[in-house]
Amino acid sequence: MQHQTIAPEALDRIRGDFPELAEEVQGHPLAYLDTGATALRPTPVLDVERSFGETRTAAVHRGAHTLAALATVAYEDARERIAAFVGADADEVSWTQNATDALNMVSLSLARAQRSPHESLVDLGPGDVIVTTEAEHHANLLPWQDLAAATGATLRVIPVDDDGVWTADDARAVIDERTRVVAFAHVGNVTGLVAPVAEIVEAARAVGALTVLDACQSAPHMPLDLHMLGVDAAAFSSHKMLGPGGVGVLYLRRELGLALPPARTGGSMITTVTLEGAEWMPPPQRFEAGTQAVTQVVGLAAAVDYLDAVGLEAIAAHEVALGARLAEGLATIDGIRLIGPAAGRDRVGLASIVVDGVHAHDVGQVLDAQGIAARVGHHCAQPLHRRLGVAATTRASTYLYTTEAEVDRFLDAVSGVRAYFGVGR
Amino acid sequence: MSGLDDLYQQIILDHAKARHGEGALDAESAHAERFERNPTCGDEVRLRITIDGADVDRVGWEGQGCSISQASASILGQDVPGLTRAAAQDRVDAMRRMLRTRGEHDEADLELLGDASAFEGVAKFPMRVKCAMLPWVALEDTLRQVTARD
Repeated sequence: MQHQTIAPEALDRIRGDFPELAEEVQGHPLAYLDTGATALRPTPVLDVERSFGETRTAAVHRGAHTLAALATVAYEDARERIAAFVGADADEVSWTQNATDALNMVSLSLARAQRSPHESLVDLGPGDVIVTTEAEHHANLLPWQDLAAATGATLRVIPVDDDGVWTADDARAVIDERTRVVAFAHVGNVTGLVAPVAEIVEAARAVGALTVLDACQSAPHMPLDLHMLGVDAAAFSSHKMLGPGGVGVLYLRRELGLALPPARTGGSMITTVTLEGAEWMPPPQRFEAGTQAVTQVVGLAAAVDYLDAVGLEAIAAHEVALGARLAEGLATIDGIRLIGPAAGRDRVGLASIVVDGVHAHDVGQVLDAQGIAARVGHHCAQPLHRRLGVAATTRASTYLYTTEAEVDRFLDAVSGVRAYFGVGR
Repeated sequence: MSGLDDLYQQIILDHAKARHGEGALDAESAHAERFERNPTCGDEVRLRITIDGADVDRVGWEGQGCSISQASASILGQDVPGLTRAAAQDRVDAMRRMLRTRGEHDEADLELLGDASAFEGVAKFPMRVKCAMLPWVALEDTLRQVTARD
């Protein structure tokens, strides 16, 4: 087994690429522990965005002039690189605004497919079942509520336990022969739980259901091979993986992409248009109506290059170690409830906590006063928080630029929170 | 943590625990009720009032959330009963003015607000202004409800 991680000198060099990490907040060096919400961007990515804006501004897939051709080459080259990054083929990767948009596209396309069922891989109607989990981000819950409402299908959730954890057995108990879609997060954005993807795909395939993977918290942090995982659709966002905001990725397995109608129609996604109707382009252009976020796509490709240069195995190992340090450190602090897998069990570099007697907003304020950026709130997962019996949690999340010292600063600050508010004495 | 201490003055931490007026009025007895929620952080306050002619007679609330929102509800529960409806609205207006200025303080408002003047430091933390205002926004709505029925 390989134990490659990010060496200390490499970590110093990486940190030098992120301008924000040289900033002070409230008189302290910034400890950025909110990558789960948005990652910082390194100088090489920012340089590519600027340089593209200076030398390649032109509409892609339109026009015959040189600049348009150069822009189109860069844009399609970016698609190849990002597809390779997640183990997909380029024609299976379409651009969206973000992962939320990508998941909505799947739901809307499936709804539209029901109006011309002969073209559909999936028939959805009353009695059919869409399955998701109780731990999902709202972006992987609301589109399925909408699809259920649009088709008459039933939405069913895989329940979580008191820690927010669900297992393959829990999933198998919910997936039945009427299940047509199973949508779940690869890594929980609150729990840090890594889903048993292979087992879910197997269970879904056995009943002919599609699998839709929310890869927002996995694609940036671990090697991902969508073909090997065998999911039918996947979504992730550029801004969580060193890239710019405004672009996301929708992966559709080739057969599914060819079978699905587009959620949106308009320019650049057609072959022939008459006043009565249109024929669509094949994927990926079929799902890209209108002018896309070209600069951001090229920026995302630069981000992927940056991640590849460091190596996803090394990034994953670095973050698993930080996640373990977080979980173990938190377990030693009185009055802290850790959500998700307990200390000692597998978790990524992400930990959400409840500080007994102190609201998460107040915890976040104490952290901010010490220069520590963490996320507080329900993290767009209200049903999960309701199930856990809490209004809000405080989440620390790491990335390739995070140090052990930053994790320790978080642990130290958290250990002082209850005393500051006069709780537990 | 001096900036933090400006935000969390002792009187606020005390009120966050004292919770004056919590559970003081049930739904059947109330003349007006308003539920306010801050979706970004989950702060919630359900505020109820009774009126007696031109006066706010009783105030009760239920809620959960950060210490700023809960202390603010406690101060409201302590200070608003017995004020005229017009004076209660003046407090809401003064709170809003205080929280929206960034550092320029108005002595007359601070005096009027009493314990609530401790929230002056919140003005420097724009993300928390909504927390401090939450119960007062609910109060303003209940006052509007009873006025509409006059």
